[in-house]
Amino acid sequence: MLTMIAKRMMLAIPSIIGVIIVTFLLTRVLPGDTAAYFAGPAASAQAVEEVRKKLGLDQPIPVQFASYVANLARGDLGASLTTGRPVVTELAARLPASAELTLAALILSLLIAVPLGILAAMRNDSWIDHFTRIFTTAGVSLPVFFTGLLFVYVFYFLLGWAPAPLGRLDVFHSPPPEWTGFFLIDSLVSREWETFRAALAQLALPTITLAVFSLAPIARITRASMLTVLASDFVRTARAAGLSGGTVVMRYAFRNALLPVITTLGMVFSFLLGANVLVEKVFAWPGVGSYAVEALLASDYAPVQGFVLVMAILYVLVNLAIDLLYGVVDPRMKVEG
Amino acid sequence: MDRRSFLKTGAAVAASVSAPAVWSPSKAQSRQETLLIVSESGPNNLDIHGVGTNVPGYEVSWNCYDRLISHEMKSGPGGVPYYDRDKFKPELAEDMNVGDMSATFKIRKNAKFQDGTPVTAKDVKWSLDRAVSVGGFPTFQMKAGSLEKPEQFVVVDDNTIRVDFIRKDKLTIPDLAVIVPCVVNSELVKKNATQQDPWGLEYTKLNTAGSGAYKVTRWTPGTEVVLDRNDQWTSGPMPKVRRIIWRMIPSAGNRRALLERGDADISYDLPNKDFSELKGNDKLRIISTPYSNGIQYIGMNVKIAPFDNVKVRQAVAYALPYQKIMDAVLFGLAEPMYAAKAGAPLEAKWPHPHQYNTDIAKARQLLAEAGYPNGFETTLSFDLGFAGINEPLCILVQESLALIGIKTTINKIPGANWRTELNKKTMPLFTNVFSGWLDYPEYFFFWCYDGQNSVFNTMSYQSKQMDGYIEAARVAAANNDTAAYEKSVKEFVDLAYTDVPRIPMFQPYVNVAMQKNVDGYQYWFHRRLDYRALTKG
Repeated sequence: MLTMIAKRMMLAIPSIIGVIIVTFLLTRVLPGDTAAYFAGPAASAQAVEEVRKKLGLDQPIPVQFASYVANLARGDLGASLTTGRPVVTELAARLPASAELTLAALILSLLIAVPLGILAAMRNDSWIDHFTRIFTTAGVSLPVFFTGLLFVYVFYFLLGWAPAPLGRLDVFHSPPPEWTGFFLIDSLVSREWETFRAALAQLALPTITLAVFSLAPIARITRASMLTVLASDFVRTARAAGLSGGTVVMRYAFRNALLPVITTLGMVFSFLLGANVLVEKVFAWPGVGSYAVEALLASDYAPVQGFVLVMAILYVLVNLAIDLLYGVVDPRMKVEG
Repeated sequence: MDRRSFLKTGAAVAASVSAPAVWSPSKAQSRQETLLIVSESGPNNLDIHGVGTNVPGYEVSWNCYDRLISHEMKSGPGGVPYYDRDKFKPELAEDMNVGDMSATFKIRKNAKFQDGTPVTAKDVKWSLDRAVSVGGFPTFQMKAGSLEKPEQFVVVDDNTIRVDFIRKDKLTIPDLAVIVPCVVNSELVKKNATQQDPWGLEYTKLNTAGSGAYKVTRWTPGTEVVLDRNDQWTSGPMPKVRRIIWRMIPSAGNRRALLERGDADISYDLPNKDFSELKGNDKLRIISTPYSNGIQYIGMNVKIAPFDNVKVRQAVAYALPYQKIMDAVLFGLAEPMYAAKAGAPLEAKWPHPHQYNTDIAKARQLLAEAGYPNGFETTLSFDLGFAGINEPLCILVQESLALIGIKTTINKIPGANWRTELNKKTMPLFTNVFSGWLDYPEYFFFWCYDGQNSVFNTMSYQSKQMDGYIEAARVAAANNDTAAYEKSVKEFVDLAYTDVPRIPMFQPYVNVAMQKNVDGYQYWFHRRLDYRALTKG
């Protein structure tokens, strides 16, 4: 098991190196002049040059790259020019916000989509099947920023059920003592019930927005996979042997139908991280996505590079986790070391 | 307040989340003394002397640091309290004595920095030295008032500082009241300075080290800034608001929702359309004030054919859809800078409307006279950073220019790249805004029309005659010769409108929306909020 993990990590190294090189080059060819941007509106050409020198941008590209890699090896991702702080600190502070939101959405989505998928497969062509199809297709067809704004309008502005879309916490709550960076967990650990409630209330709308968007692939795959399994011989045998419907579906059919669902889950997690950027903007969520986009608009290289690198590592880890899950669900699929 | 807590409780019950008393009495108390401000973007640096500090950063500096002097207030357009360009009041200084070639300031004896150390003349000198030495924007701004060398700032005794003038310049004293010459706690910053960073810019980027009325107690870049009142502040009347929470809300729709629901106290920026709609909402107070000394214009590069031909430029000036832009793009929230009454005498003021208005027949005729009866092709560039105004504006201009045969391709330039492009001076046709902190016509013209060809002379306009008028106005101002000054101002305005290298369209508005119980908004030359005067009823 451990050797297998180590081997998978080794295989990931070339792709990470590739990511480092490509993001470095991409950020340099983007239009926009960092020095001019940071020299301010009133800068003369000479002032721009002074800033360029200060930022080390007057060096040739290979020299800049070498110093970037050297810093990277020390765990230093550079400093953001827009926020004025080290990228590592900034990402570490913002990643839990994005991760909490993405995971909450993924869990909510699973809780809705999997039962819907199973029901749709069991009652193939019934009203529940059609309802699932329409509901999930509508969810994935609406852009997240639109559903997000719609939810804010209806649930905050009109009905007043949701709290103000002010980010992770209401203005008058301070964050719980840092433990995991996940406000829900941290507030439970420190027994701050009111903070927990406030954080949960803030989290609700963005989570639902993201979850609605990710229902479709999970529900559709669950349904398709269940249909195949339900039509197979061993299910017919189980039914013939007089096992109860529930046992047949949950213990035998569902477990066998789970593999493709897990594969999809990995993909869904990846694209949720992407969709996050828009949801973060709508709900003023202090996540990594909005951080990277703001940096990109300001031609601020370091955060963009750091963000892409962190995402690449995250993808590698997610894929690894999925592979390991395969082994748990289906011993035949255990990856060889 | 009652309505709000009622809604809040109602919301909690409706959502059936088990919520005990959400607003405990102490929270209600703090809410009363706390102001929640929302805006699109926040500071990237807490120190205006820093490298690349953005405009929201200026707001922090303004409220957390003191200057020697500041401006008095007067009643401005629409009765809004408006800074008085010509009247100064002491801030950190208790007394100012302006001589012929120097000014002497006595510093308040009881003034203390936020860490408790007294403010001395040494701190003031160090701070002014810093402003003229760090380079970039602060140094540039100091130069605008002939404040160029550290030798100009002389410590007389512990509580007295003298500023020597290197030349007679009417802008020297006003320039000491802008944001840049703020007084920094020199000992504290020096302790945190390094060899590479002798002015301690890295420290003040993240920490406020001033004697001002507020101090930053929490700052999460891109998310929020929390400022607490400095209860030891002595440079003015004690501010009413104990705590300012400034949250960055990127979505304009949400900022508006927060305001209308009563959750946010002030929204600093919203699209013009929202403001024009909110004006009808009597639960809110909407304040729109024209930018002082600021104009959005269409510029033409006079070094590039066919815009080197004055008749072509005049043709464009007659072809712009001024009124349509006012109505459809700005929703009336701007001051028109066109269609001055024909034959009306010029006034010695700036911004000053010009005589052009949309007249397609006249534009066609001028274009034919210039030798382009069938028009020509060119590109029209704008800054995507302000796409909300610029994009619809450019589309209307494109449509209108097509009527006289000028075919334009619209070139959208990302905000990060805009200044580089301006600096290159290769764009033939573009729209841009310029506004000067110092509200004097000759200041505007010196940067925008003078032959020294600064970044802001985006048209590369060079004229000996123009330079002469501007210089004459500066000299007359320094010598208090009003008649000569007004004559020169009229002359350069007149020339700018005959040669029309740039066509002013409108003076933009600063729009601020707030709850009815929030009062004390003041308009300042820097257009940001002054927390010290705000109150919450």
